[in-house]
Amino acid sequence: MPEVILDLFANFWVALIGKVLLVALMIPLIGMVIGFAEMKLSAKMQNRVGPYFAGGRWGWAQLIADGVKFFQKEDLIPADADRPVFKTAPIWVLVGTVALFVVIPFGPGLIFRDLSVGIFYALAISSISTIGILMAGWSSANKYSLMGGLRAAGQLIAYELPLVLAVVGSVILAGTMSMSGIVEAQIEAGYPYIIFQFVGFGIFMIAALAELTRTPFDMPIAESELVMGYLTEYSGFRFLFFFLAEFANMFTMSAIAVTLFLGGYWLPGLSEDQLVYLGPIILIAKVFVLVFAMIWFRWTFPRFREDQLQSLAWKWLIPLALFNIMVTAVLKVVL
Amino acid sequence: MANRRISIPGSGMVKGLGVTLTTMFKTIFAPGKNLRTVNYPVVKETPVARARGVIALDQEACTVCMLCARQCPDWCIYIEGHKEEKEPSEPGGRVKVRNTLDRFDIDYALCMYCGICVEVCPFDALFWSPEYEYSEEKMGDMLHDMDRLQDWLKTVPDAPGLEQ
Repeated sequence: MPEVILDLFANFWVALIGKVLLVALMIPLIGMVIGFAEMKLSAKMQNRVGPYFAGGRWGWAQLIADGVKFFQKEDLIPADADRPVFKTAPIWVLVGTVALFVVIPFGPGLIFRDLSVGIFYALAISSISTIGILMAGWSSANKYSLMGGLRAAGQLIAYELPLVLAVVGSVILAGTMSMSGIVEAQIEAGYPYIIFQFVGFGIFMIAALAELTRTPFDMPIAESELVMGYLTEYSGFRFLFFFLAEFANMFTMSAIAVTLFLGGYWLPGLSEDQLVYLGPIILIAKVFVLVFAMIWFRWTFPRFREDQLQSLAWKWLIPLALFNIMVTAVLKVVL
Repeated sequence: MANRRISIPGSGMVKGLGVTLTTMFKTIFAPGKNLRTVNYPVVKETPVARARGVIALDQEACTVCMLCARQCPDWCIYIEGHKEEKEPSEPGGRVKVRNTLDRFDIDYALCMYCGICVEVCPFDALFWSPEYEYSEEKMGDMLHDMDRLQDWLKTVPDAPGLEQ
C-alpha cells in the first residue's frame, strides 16, 4: 500500500472510522450473499428455479430488490407495544453481530482488535443478541411473539453452555484465548485442531445452529406454530435488521468455528507473505463451506420438539463437551 | 420379525442429507428433467380444462334475476339492470317486458372462487373459465366489468358430453 494511505491509517480516529465503515459495509454485503445463496440453494434442493429475473441473470439482484422493498414498507408498531423497547430490539440484535466482527482474524495482522481474551469476548458479546430477541418478543404485545421470545431465551441459554464448553478444548490446545493466537498455534502445530477436537467441532456446530435459531432448532420462529415468533409484529427496515443479523450471524459463527477448529486463514504450504493476501479469501472460502452446510441442514431436517431440544443440550451435548475437555486436558498434560 | 433391520443411529439423517444434495446437483446440472416448476412468465403452464380460473358471463343468457348476487358469500357481484318493453308480436297483444343488463361487475379482489354463483345461475349465464392472467397493479382495478367477463366466455371449454 502507498505510504500516504498507511500514514493516514496510523491516525487512531481515521483508522477507527475506516474500520467501522468496513464492518458497516460488510454486514449487508455478507447478509445479501448468504441470503441469496440460501434462496438459490433451497430452490435447487426442492427442484425449483429460485430467483430468476431480478438483475437480468440468475436473479442476482433479488436481495437488493428485497432490501429496497423493506425500506419502502410502513414501519408498523402495534398499539399495545412497549414502544422504546420494540424500537431498539433490532438494534441490539445487530450490535451483537457487529461486535463479533471485532475479533475475527482475516489474516496475519488483519484483525480489527486482537484481544487477549478474544474467544471469551466473542462468546460473551454474542449473548447480546439473545437480549435483543427477548426484548422483541416481550415488547410486541402479541402472544406469538411472547412465546417465540421465551422459547428463544430458553433455547439460547441452554445452548450457550455447550457452545462455551466446546471451545475450551481448542483453547487448551492453543494455550491462549486470543483468536489470532489460536490460529498461529495451529500454524505452528501444522494441523487444524479439528483433527483432535472433532467432538468439540461437532458440538460447536450443533450449538451454533441452535444459537442462530436455524432449522432443526428454529422453534423460536416456528412458522407453522407461532406465525413468525418474535418477528411477528416487525415490518419494514426493523424486520430487515433482524434478517441481516441472522445471515451475518451465520457468517460470524462459522468464522469463529473456522478460526478455532479449521485453521482460520491458514492453508498448509503457504508462507506468511502469501497469507497476508490470500488469508481473507481462504477464511471466507472456509466460512462459506460451513454456511453451505447450515443451509443444507435447514432444507433437510425437520424441527425438533421443545423437550427434545432441551434434553439434547443438557443430557448429551454438555456431558459430552465436559468429557471432551477432560480428555483434552489429560492428553495435553500427558503428551 | 422378518422385516426388522438394525441400522446405525443417525444413518437416517445422513440419508436425508444425501437426498437433498443429490436433488440439488440434479436440478443444477439437468434442470430440464428435474425442475418441478416452470419459469412462469417465460414458460406457461396449461391449466387443466375445467380449472376454476375466472368466472365468465354470457350477457345474452342473463335475466338480471340477482340470484348470484344474493348468494355470493363475499358480496362481490354488482348487478344493475332495467326493464325494456318489447313491441307485442301481433297488434293489440300484450306488451312484453324484458330485463336488460346495465352493469355486471365482479370484484376479484373479494371473490373467493367458491363458484356458488355458477351453481345457482338458473339460465346458465355464468361459467368457469381456465383463464388466469388477469392480475392488476391496483386493488381497485380488480373490479372487472361485464365486457371483460364476456370476453372470457370464449375461453370456456365445451361442456363434456352426456353419459351414455
